[in-house]
Amino acid sequence: MSQPTPANVEPIVNDDLAAMDVVPTTLGDPTGPSKGRVTVVHLYPREMSIYGDLGNTRCLEARLRWHGYEPNVISHNPGDDFPDDAHLVVGGGGQDSGQVRVEADLEKIGPELKELAEDGVPMLMICGMYQLFGKAFITVDGKTLPGLGILDVTTRGNEKRMIGPVVLSTEFGDVVGYENHSGSTVLGEGQEAFGSVRSGFGNNGEDGHEGARTNNVVGSYLHGPILPANPHLADWLIARAVEKALAQPFEPGEIDDRFADQARERQVRRLTKS
Amino acid sequence: MLRTTAAVLAGKSARVATRLRGGGSALPGLVVEKVDPKFLATALADLPKGVVVVTGTNGKTTTTKMLVALLRAHGLKVFTNPTGSNFTRGVISSVLGEVSLRGTIDADIAVLELDEAHALHFAKVVKPTHALLLNVARDQLDRFAEIDYTAKLLRQLAEQTTEGVVLNRDDSFVARIESTLKPNVEVSYFGVDETIAERLGELMEQDVRSDDDFVQPLVSSGDGLLLPIDDRKFLVTFADRADGSANVGPMQVRQHGLAAMINATAATSMARRLLGDDFLPATAVSALEAVQPPFGRGEVIDVDGQELELVLVKNPAGFTVALSTYGGRPVASMVAINDNYADGRDVSWLYDVNFASLRERGVELTSGVRAYDMALRLAYDGVEVRHVEPELTSALDTFLAEHPNEPKRIFCTYTAMMALRRTLAERYDLPDIGEDAPE
Repeated sequence: MSQPTPANVEPIVNDDLAAMDVVPTTLGDPTGPSKGRVTVVHLYPREMSIYGDLGNTRCLEARLRWHGYEPNVISHNPGDDFPDDAHLVVGGGGQDSGQVRVEADLEKIGPELKELAEDGVPMLMICGMYQLFGKAFITVDGKTLPGLGILDVTTRGNEKRMIGPVVLSTEFGDVVGYENHSGSTVLGEGQEAFGSVRSGFGNNGEDGHEGARTNNVVGSYLHGPILPANPHLADWLIARAVEKALAQPFEPGEIDDRFADQARERQVRRLTKS
Repeated sequence: MLRTTAAVLAGKSARVATRLRGGGSALPGLVVEKVDPKFLATALADLPKGVVVVTGTNGKTTTTKMLVALLRAHGLKVFTNPTGSNFTRGVISSVLGEVSLRGTIDADIAVLELDEAHALHFAKVVKPTHALLLNVARDQLDRFAEIDYTAKLLRQLAEQTTEGVVLNRDDSFVARIESTLKPNVEVSYFGVDETIAERLGELMEQDVRSDDDFVQPLVSSGDGLLLPIDDRKFLVTFADRADGSANVGPMQVRQHGLAAMINATAATSMARRLLGDDFLPATAVSALEAVQPPFGRGEVIDVDGQELELVLVKNPAGFTVALSTYGGRPVASMVAINDNYADGRDVSWLYDVNFASLRERGVELTSGVRAYDMALRLAYDGVEVRHVEPELTSALDTFLAEHPNEPKRIFCTYTAMMALRRTLAERYDLPDIGEDAPE
């Protein structure tokens, strides 16, 4: 699936749903010489990318290019071999039927994902994939389904749905997004949250935590999609991926983030009183 | 009977009061529902040709209008809910306008546009004789949460239907419903001719469907298929007469685009099922060609001699259809996105729409509460946005002032459209919402 390519920047257009037909020039300049190639793997784009989560991959692909790197976006579908050069792994939310379709494959590639996570490969897992990256999911009727256990969180099926816009404080600054989940997630002892809730429900609507973070793996319920309006998070993931891919520090390019900053700051102002 | 009369009177006075206040259409329905929950069942029970429900995510309003026009052209007295008020209480409100104090209405048939969730609620009170099920797509996730759930609602509605259902054979979620229906319910389909099947991609999001095991039903004699002739002209073909004499068309409806042609095909298929041998293809053509686009579905306003088109966008499939419909004729464009409840509060879906067709012309302005999110979304598709102005009236002023001598188009969510239309109505002569412009 992944082939060696020359070092100069050639737009990669493929059949992947996550791939762009052109690299936009609206917010940055994609034409400079390549600083190196970074492989982004999107897990199950068909089954687990409802609510615009493909936008995260689109955002990473464009920003990599604007920062001067060469993105190589790969869709991992059930039954595929997991690519051996993944530098950044992204997953999204899905319907229950989507989750059922990916379970067997996820179990198969689980050990590889675990190893990559321990090795410091950055990952962003949203909503359904966040739950599947946890230790367990307990259904409404009390059945326990094991997860990958990369994040020490346990999710309990719920009658009530937690829906609405969200504002978080995180170590990446304010983060805005939109949650829509019925699972109620609790952090294990010592498990770090991704952020603390300033507006919205978060993991369970009770303890003020949202998401989870271990090493460079971030799990969160936030759609939006999360990355375009929170480019500081996107760039943090990219920086970690560049370090993995090239064993060199990340050298950012110039990106015009004024739309993103306005979009985010306006949501923060609308949704928080202070 | 007394209870019904009391309900009718209470509801009628609430309806008058609401009208005087200029308020919405659901309140009088709420009053009646409280007084007589059987009100609807009484009013609609004895219609000689039954009760037809039209539902699905996209195209309900247009298809309902077309079906009503077809039946009226064939001489039937049709009761419908024309205000786009497609919740049960909205239907009650419409019934109140026409009901006698005995609680019955004078009509041959009722054709009701119902929201997917409320269609089922409605069916608990009134069993539909017929159901026309259009499609399933993600829409207003705040309410329905998941597409599988929406598909289940349509299935349950079909199972409540007593005489006949017409299903979309190209939408796997809808076509599959056939397998669970009672044996005495007649099933037929509408769809597109196999020669244009590849164009269906224009109408659907690709990323939420996993249909590997879906086998399309075979075409049988009562099924209507869309066969386009060119960009605007099309036929609806029926295979039951080999000489083609059952075909409807060639015709051209007023709304542009493939989605409108499919809606016409759906309406024609249902009309033919309802009318049987009384159905006349030539009458159907003239009826369909006269149907005005409903509010928000390609409404064109004359602004100082130039066309301003208001296009309602509410979900990925709908926005995709709107872009493919108008993509061939790029004009000055504005996009207005609000995130109130009626718009859908989550704007994530904008990332499931491909905006490449706007790249060539760019977008003059984005507006609405989420103006910056929309500008950001367009930027990621390489679409240049020249201004961002969240305040709708200022944005409209800028848009009109900067493009005085050319046609213009505004893509907008529901509450943004209502606000823009209000401003435009103050300045230009516009028909009331829910009414048609005079012929």
